[in-house]
Amino acid sequence: MDPLLLAIQISLVILFAPLAQGIIKTSKARWQNRRGPSIFQPYFDLLKWLGRESVVSDQASWVFRLAPYIYGGAILLAAALVPTFARGSAAPGFGDAIVFVGLFALARFWLALAALDTGSNFGGMGSSREVAFAALVEPALLLVIFAVALPAGSTSLTALVGSGWPGASEIVAFLALMIVAIAETGRIPVDNPDTHLELTMIHEGMLLEYSGRPLGVLHWASQIKQLAILSLIAALFLPWGLADPASLGVAGIALGVATWGVKIAALGLLLGMIETAFAKLRIFRAPDLIGVASVLGVLAVMATFVVGP
Amino acid sequence: MSALDLPHSFLLVPFFCYALAVVAALAIRRPGGALPSLLIVLGALTGALAAIDGLRQSEPIEAVAWAIIPAAELSFRLDPLGAFFLLVISVPAIAAGLYGIGYLNAAHGHGQPPRWAADALLGAFLASMSLVVLADSLISFMVAWELMSLVSFFLVIGDGHHADSRRAGYVYIVMTHISAGFLFLAFLLLLRNAGGADFEAFRAAAGALSGLEREALFLLALLGFGTKAGLIPLHVWLPRAHPAAPSHVSALMSGVMVKTAIYGLLRVLWEFVDAPPQWWGWMLIVAGVVSALLGILYALMERDLKRILAYSTVEHVGIIVIGLGAALLLESLGHAAIAALALVATLVHLFNHSIFKSLLFLGAGAIQTATGTRDLERLGGLIRGMPRTAVWFITGALAIAALPPLNGFVGEWLLFQSLLGLGTAADAVGIATLVAIAGGSLALTAALALACFVRAAGVGFLAQPRSDAARDSREVGRSMHAGMGLLALATLGLGLFPVVLFEALEPVTRSLAGATARPSLGLGGHVLNPDELAGSYAPVLVVVGLVALGIVPWLVARLLTGEGRSRVSPTWVCGVDLEPRMQYSATAFAKPIRLIFAALIRPQRVIEFKRPVSDFFVSEVRYEEGVHPIYERHLYQRAVGLLTVASHRVSRLQSGSIRAYLAYVFVTLVVVLLIAR
Repeated sequence: MDPLLLAIQISLVILFAPLAQGIIKTSKARWQNRRGPSIFQPYFDLLKWLGRESVVSDQASWVFRLAPYIYGGAILLAAALVPTFARGSAAPGFGDAIVFVGLFALARFWLALAALDTGSNFGGMGSSREVAFAALVEPALLLVIFAVALPAGSTSLTALVGSGWPGASEIVAFLALMIVAIAETGRIPVDNPDTHLELTMIHEGMLLEYSGRPLGVLHWASQIKQLAILSLIAALFLPWGLADPASLGVAGIALGVATWGVKIAALGLLLGMIETAFAKLRIFRAPDLIGVASVLGVLAVMATFVVGP
Repeated sequence: MSALDLPHSFLLVPFFCYALAVVAALAIRRPGGALPSLLIVLGALTGALAAIDGLRQSEPIEAVAWAIIPAAELSFRLDPLGAFFLLVISVPAIAAGLYGIGYLNAAHGHGQPPRWAADALLGAFLASMSLVVLADSLISFMVAWELMSLVSFFLVIGDGHHADSRRAGYVYIVMTHISAGFLFLAFLLLLRNAGGADFEAFRAAAGALSGLEREALFLLALLGFGTKAGLIPLHVWLPRAHPAAPSHVSALMSGVMVKTAIYGLLRVLWEFVDAPPQWWGWMLIVAGVVSALLGILYALMERDLKRILAYSTVEHVGIIVIGLGAALLLESLGHAAIAALALVATLVHLFNHSIFKSLLFLGAGAIQTATGTRDLERLGGLIRGMPRTAVWFITGALAIAALPPLNGFVGEWLLFQSLLGLGTAADAVGIATLVAIAGGSLALTAALALACFVRAAGVGFLAQPRSDAARDSREVGRSMHAGMGLLALATLGLGLFPVVLFEALEPVTRSLAGATARPSLGLGGHVLNPDELAGSYAPVLVVVGLVALGIVPWLVARLLTGEGRSRVSPTWVCGVDLEPRMQYSATAFAKPIRLIFAALIRPQRVIEFKRPVSDFFVSEVRYEEGVHPIYERHLYQRAVGLLTVASHRVSRLQSGSIRAYLAYVFVTLVVVLLIAR
């Protein structure tokens, strides 16, 4: 474990997560023939929330007050595990790909619990839907990890970084992981990040009772989660231009960060396009789509055996 | 023997304490006496010590208690496997004993047995469970096994005044004897093969079983122990019986008693037969997947807190059996090292489950004591009246949902690693598919468990109380907190330092699989069986990371925008006053899952309108919702139907004439003599 690498990675992730969100929003706007807000708008929004007074429900207990920070901590730790600009995890000693999934689950537990804490039915609705859909997403994510871990012989995120052009199993796994990314980041066609309409919302429903600083923290953490998932896709399937963690130099880091940025931007453009090209699914059609991801995951695992690593 | 070793006779101490507890409870019979509970705590403590000592001994401790006839002696033996399970029994029992001191006084009504009876039965229950894992011959095993079943039956029926408890007890005693029947057949098969009734003879004759006998033995053991463990569809008694008992006994039934069946499977399948064929592993994995998935789905459909926990036990038994199956399959494939890893994963999860499941049952008991109900739809807001119980319960919920850094995650992490190990050892695409399906199901189960326990903790403890009883809830007594706190601490401790368990398990896997796996996921990380697979999980570092990185957002916000401000205000509900009825109920919370998995769980809904005057005026609407498991209709009702028909036929033999009976006796005698000639 290299403390320098870890420090750089955490700072970059915290710094650039809102930018990734801005890229996706701008991409979506352009696909929709709109000009859209500035690419830096997410930063302004965060600053606004962080500075504002927070209104807490009189029903809320310590769970509600603590949850945003546990959520933020778990997501940040997960983001620290994923390889971003370097060929390898920044904190390999902390945990592997399964711990990465576990940390997402930990974050979800606290947010879903906090959403129930105010007694508002919107919170309950978001919480109930979030845990149900996440239950379907988790097997898909884990099967993708299985599919890449079997040939690598390890679940360590360093060992999982791809090595060149993807094979048949990896292409199938990539498709599955894209669906997982859409579901986990709460995007169309599974969820709609831009609405507070109670009939459709999942993730936003859980945040409804939050305001001010805790809301800012939660939004920020969600953006970091989004960046972490996109980085995972990039590391597993687009393993080019990564810095060598054994000999970190300024040039290597610069190249690594630059290619990482290009990959995230490309994936962001893709997500924006998908959001524009598809309509949101009716809420109980979404399991079908996520089910496809699980089936693809099983196929990817089988393919590792049939096609060979 | 080093200076730290305990004398062999120390093994008698826990049984002596349990016996004293039974005697004290029967002799005192006075409400409020804590002496029997204290003796039970002492017995459990010494039991745990004896178990730890047994794990460190190089040679098993053997004892013959009573030789009735040479072939059928009551012999006992403490070997690593038995010692590990003795530990599994004793650790939750310490907490249950402590909890019992206050709980039995506070528990009123609910059809529970009087205090003296509960204490005496608990002592006998713990002693008989401990004897099961120490038994070293057919006779001693079956005697202890039956004793365990009978004592727990009396704990289930309580004072016998409640129809529900009596019915639960009836289903339990029937199922448990069907289970014992299969086990008897399995042991008779072994007896015939080995020519001796002690386990040593069974072990020695492991290779002599013919092909057909081996398959029959496997099926009989799976059916017999599967019933006791609560594998679907043999689990019907479990969600009825476990909730009916007093809560600290439920904790031991769910957390510990089902594990004796897993112990039995390990003894029989690993020691009394060798060279298991591949399909045994397949069968166990498939049975485990079915139980795990359906178990947690049924748990999500329940409103009764203790039934939720009981169904969740079905789920965890499924997970444990998946691990057993993976280990057995790996052994068939000739990968002893990975098989040892799978065994470690299974046993670690088994131990952890006994801790957090007991914790949650004790929490449910505290809720019942404080509010008089375990119906989630009548709870809510308990975190205000019972803040400490809320902390214990949420700790248990985090552990059972397999979240880092608590102990539930360790077992599941190891199981995922074992399944991956099975994937690397696969020699056919079938096994790769099995790995994918088992891994995917395990992930689905874990995520559904998260949903289930967000529901239980969130609806039970948070927001507004849904009944007056929940509003007036007050914290329970000190001894109950001691029991729950102890288990919560164990949950955290085993989550942070699972290495303790890995060390303890080394002699167990060496004796079972002939190999050891010592995953070292301590402070510095990481590697597990370096040549086979590598993954890493460092619980302590994860905690450090979580705390440090949880502070980061707070710090950044403070640096950017200064001191935070906050204000308390009512929840906004579109301009009206907030009412408890507006909250998401437990039923509503599980609705998405009920819809998504409708094909598996077959929910049913009945809505009846009463229109006495005309079609336009509805006077009454009756709404009923529930889950009607298909196996109850297709399997059990048919079996009961057949049984009834058969008994009617047989009853014709019962003419009531003494001459007919004498004829039966004579014919039977002749037939027996002819066979035994």
